[in-house]
Amino acid sequence: MQRRVIFDDKLLPYLLLAPQLAITLVFFFWPAAQAVYYSFFLQDAFGLRQTFVWFENYKVVLTDPLYLASAGRTLIFSASVTFLSMASALVLAVMADRQIRGAAVYRTLLMWPYAVAPAVAAVLWLFVLHPTIGILGRTLRELGIPWDYKINGHQAMLLVIVAAAWKQVSYNFLFFLAGLQAIQKPVIEAAAIDGAGPSRRFWSIIFPLLSPTTFFLLVVNLVYAFFDTFGTIHALTAGGPGKATETLIYKVYVDGVVNLDLGGSSAQSVILLIVVMGLTAVQFRYIESRVHYG
Amino acid sequence: MIEAGSRTAWLPHLVLALGVLVFAFPIYMALVGSTHDAGTIGRGSLPLSPGGLAAENYAQAWSHGSGMRVKAPPVSRMLLNSLVMALVIALGKIAVSVISAYAVVFFHFPGRMFFFWMIFVTLMLPVEVRIIPTFKVVSDLGLINTFPGLTVPLIASATATLLFRQFFMTIPDNLVEAAKIDGAGPLRFFKDILIPLSRTNIAALFVILFIFGWNQYLWPLLITTSRSMDTIVIGITKMIGTGDAQTDWNLIMATAVLAMLPPVAVVVLMQRWFVKGLVETEK
Repeated sequence: MQRRVIFDDKLLPYLLLAPQLAITLVFFFWPAAQAVYYSFFLQDAFGLRQTFVWFENYKVVLTDPLYLASAGRTLIFSASVTFLSMASALVLAVMADRQIRGAAVYRTLLMWPYAVAPAVAAVLWLFVLHPTIGILGRTLRELGIPWDYKINGHQAMLLVIVAAAWKQVSYNFLFFLAGLQAIQKPVIEAAAIDGAGPSRRFWSIIFPLLSPTTFFLLVVNLVYAFFDTFGTIHALTAGGPGKATETLIYKVYVDGVVNLDLGGSSAQSVILLIVVMGLTAVQFRYIESRVHYG
Repeated sequence: MIEAGSRTAWLPHLVLALGVLVFAFPIYMALVGSTHDAGTIGRGSLPLSPGGLAAENYAQAWSHGSGMRVKAPPVSRMLLNSLVMALVIALGKIAVSVISAYAVVFFHFPGRMFFFWMIFVTLMLPVEVRIIPTFKVVSDLGLINTFPGLTVPLIASATATLLFRQFFMTIPDNLVEAAKIDGAGPLRFFKDILIPLSRTNIAALFVILFIFGWNQYLWPLLITTSRSMDTIVIGITKMIGTGDAQTDWNLIMATAVLAMLPPVAVVVLMQRWFVKGLVETEK
C-alpha cells in the first residue's frame, strides 16, 4: 500500500495525522477502554465507592432473563428488518433493471427515503398507524382488528419493524440495482435461448451471481438493525409497551443513561463491542475474498 | 430486454409504481396533516386531501414551534442547529480524513501502519457501544450543550480515510514525479494537484456525510439538554411526547416535512455523486 514516489518530510506526516488521531484517542479509545474497565467493577447506589468484581457483571447480565429476552427480541427484530427490506428491494431492483421507459425516474423516486432520519421515519409511520388518529390505524380498527400498539407488544414490534425496514429499502435497492447492472447480459440471453423461463433464469443464474452483493447487504442491514434503529425505537415506543420493543442497544441506553447502572451497562457495551467486531471481521474477510477472486 | 412481448411489459411498471406509492404514502399523509387544524386530526377525521391551513401551520412551526399543547423551540432555530451540526460533521470528516490519507500514502515514516490501523479500528467502535464513557469525557471537557461537543467527537472517520487512501493510490507516479521536478513541495502538491483531482470524491462523500450528520440521534440526545440546542430530529420526537391523540399534530407534521426537506434535497439534487459515494464508500 506504499507508493513508489513519495515526499521525504519527517515531521509533516505526523502533523497531518494529528487531528484524526487526537479525536480517535480522546473519543474512541479512551472511552472504549473505560467501558472495559468499568465492566469489572460494581458501583454502590451513590456512585461513591466501587469494588472490583471480576466477571460478576458479565455473569449477572448473561444470566439475567430480561437481558436474554432482549437478545431474543433483537434477533427477531433484526432478522425481520433485514429480510423485509432486502426482499422488497430485490424485487424493485429486478424490475428497475429491465430496460423500461422511465427507469431513471423510478430510480430517483425510490432512492430518497435514504435521506429520511430513522426517527423522522418513525414519526411518519406513527402518524399513519396511530390507533385513533392514523388513517391506517383507524381503518384497521373499523375492520374489527383491535389495533393499538401502545397496549399490544406484538403490534408495537410490527410497527417498529415496518418503520425501520421502510427506511432501509432504498439503500438496498441502489446496491442490488448496481449489482444487477454489472451482470453480463449475454449470459442471461444464452440461458433464454436454451429455453430457461424468467423465474428459472432468476434463481439459477441471476441470484447466484448477485450473491456477493446479497452477502454484503446482509451484514450492513444487520448492523443497521442492531445499532441505527435506536432513534426509531426511541421515537415510536421507547422500548414499550412493557419491554416489548427493547432491543439490546436500547437496553444499554436505559440501563446506563436512565437507570445509571454503570457496571452492568458497561458489561453490555463490551458484549455489543464483541458483536460489532465479529460482524466487521466477517465483512472484512468478504472484502478480501472479493479482492482475490473476483 | 429478453422478452419483448407486451405480456410482461406492464409488470415492472406496476411493481415499481407500487413501490413508489408505499414510499410516498407516509410522506403524503404528513403533507396532508400539516394543512389541517389540530382538532380535525385529533378527532380522527383527517381526510385524504389537503386542507387550507398550510400557510398558518408552517408559519407557526417556523417561528414559534410551540402550539396549544406542544412546547418546542422554533423550527427555524432547530433547523439552524441541524444545519450547523451536519455541515461541521461532513466538512470536518472530509478535512481530517483527506490529510490523514495524504500522510499515510505519500510519506514514509515510522509508525505509519500502526497509525493507519488505529484509524481503521474505529470502525468497530460506534457511539452506541461506548455511550456512557464517551459522555463522561465530553462532560469532563465541559462540552455538554455546545456545538464542539455535538460535532468534534463524530469527526473521526475510518471510511472516509479508506476511500481517500484508495483513490490516492491510483494517482500515477509520473504525475508526482513531474510535480517534484517542477519544484512543488508536499503542501503545494496537495493543494494544487491532489485536492482538485479529488473533487468528485469529495462531493460524493459530502452527500453521504451530510445525511449522516443531519440524521444523528443518540449523540445529540445525550450531549444536549438545553432545548435551544435541540436539532430538528431530536426536537420532533420531543414534540410527540407520549403520542397522545390530543396534541398539535398539524405543527408536528409541518415540522416533520421541514426536517426531511434539506437531506432529501441534497440526495435528489446531488444524485449522481450520491450513488457514486454510496457504492464506493461501502466497498
